[in-house]
Amino acid sequence: MITVKDLHKGFDGVPVLKGISTVFEQGKTNLIIGQSGSGKTVFLKSLLGLHTPEKGTISFHDKIYSELSVNQKQDLREQIGMLFQGSALFDSMTVEENVMFPMEMFSKMTTDEKRDRANEVIKRVNLINANKKFPSEISGGMQKRVAIARAIVMNPKYLFCDEPNSGLDPNTSILIDNLILEITQEYNITTVINSHDMNSVMEIGQKIVFLQHGLKEWEGSNKDIFKTDNKAVTDFVYSSNLMKKVRKMYLEENK
Amino acid sequence: MKYLHDFGQYFIMLKGVFSRFTKWSALRKLIFKEIEDLIIGSLGIVAFIAFFVGGVIAIQTALNIDNPLIPKYLVGFATKQSVVLEFAPTFMSIIMAGKVGSFITSSIGSMRVTEQIDALEVMGINSLNYLVFPKLVSMMLYPFLITIAMFLGILGGWVASVYGGFSTHEDFVTGLQSDFDAYQIFYSYVKTFFFAIVLATVPSFHGYYMKGGALEVGKAATSSFVWTSVFIIILNYLITQLMLT
Repeated sequence: MITVKDLHKGFDGVPVLKGISTVFEQGKTNLIIGQSGSGKTVFLKSLLGLHTPEKGTISFHDKIYSELSVNQKQDLREQIGMLFQGSALFDSMTVEENVMFPMEMFSKMTTDEKRDRANEVIKRVNLINANKKFPSEISGGMQKRVAIARAIVMNPKYLFCDEPNSGLDPNTSILIDNLILEITQEYNITTVINSHDMNSVMEIGQKIVFLQHGLKEWEGSNKDIFKTDNKAVTDFVYSSNLMKKVRKMYLEENK
Repeated sequence: MKYLHDFGQYFIMLKGVFSRFTKWSALRKLIFKEIEDLIIGSLGIVAFIAFFVGGVIAIQTALNIDNPLIPKYLVGFATKQSVVLEFAPTFMSIIMAGKVGSFITSSIGSMRVTEQIDALEVMGINSLNYLVFPKLVSMMLYPFLITIAMFLGILGGWVASVYGGFSTHEDFVTGLQSDFDAYQIFYSYVKTFFFAIVLATVPSFHGYYMKGGALEVGKAATSSFVWTSVFIIILNYLITQLMLT
């Protein structure tokens, strides 16, 4: 579980996050949504410790991040997996080496044990015959799978995903969404996903936080989002005619 | 003001390079990889340039000696002095600022653009130590490269002089041996050591702190070459002033 209290962050005197408080629950897929410029990426990077908040606290299971020592922060980071928007795989390493990388850095396993564990998670994300390939030799969808495998190889307690569906076709997007949901439930991870994809919101948004102008405008589940009358949320989520029809059908079916 | 900020940030970066060390087994692999990329990979171009520029120095010297009172061995002497004191350590370092410096800036810059540096940080790895320290260590072998440049520069001068008919073997060798001062060799290696630090760290700074996309990686590489050259030339002046006057 991650608890955020009154988080503020700005750049060059311009406030981006203006006091966000929320809780990301364990074993659930928590989605952060909002328009471009709403502060989603800054929020996610603040959660990851890549930005230092100006005010407010971020707690990982009641441990306040800013109060941790360097060694405690290091221990916490080893419990964090991250799926970046562009996958952020290391170009000079093969798929297998990329997945083994966190173990090479932090684990005391033997090389064979590391390789076995890497192959286990590579298999878990349904990647076949790609171990010896370099990131440039595989598709975008496969790169995301490798990035997921790398993110979960150390059995993290927290998984962060920045736009996991960007640049993917609809079928692959659904596969990646389902994979993230399965892994979250299987390993009981606190997963936080930054997304623009409305299909992901509806399918795997067990908890959704909607940001607008650096503030939390609304939060709820993917079922609540159909019923909300918050104008900012409905204007954003149901901006297309298709989504309006989906909402109408859902509400009629669940009267 | 920006220059002052960048100058301060450069030293903060250096502090970061020497803190929170990466696991030694991983660093060792990275150091060997950097030696291959930065030192072994530069051998060809260094050898080629040193040999031919050494030849040109010898020819230019020979062609400019038309006074019969000037001894013939001056061709060998001038070639040795030019190559050992300036050409090999300084001129070669400017060339390496283009070759190695651009490589370092673009490789680290690409990692910044594609969020690979963020990935390292999220994993709890000190990205500065992981990326810059192996480059700095591998560049400690840079004097080896400069030694080759010195040897091949003089060899090029000898080939051009003897086979071009500008000097005899005996005169050229006499020139090489006359007024030999070991302190000058020491001075050259002191310069080379400082240039190696500049060659590893200034391009790393430009790559690590770059912002933007692919276009900015190119701009950072150009900027890195300019600033690395500027630092080398300023250091060259300061070290020469301190050690030879």
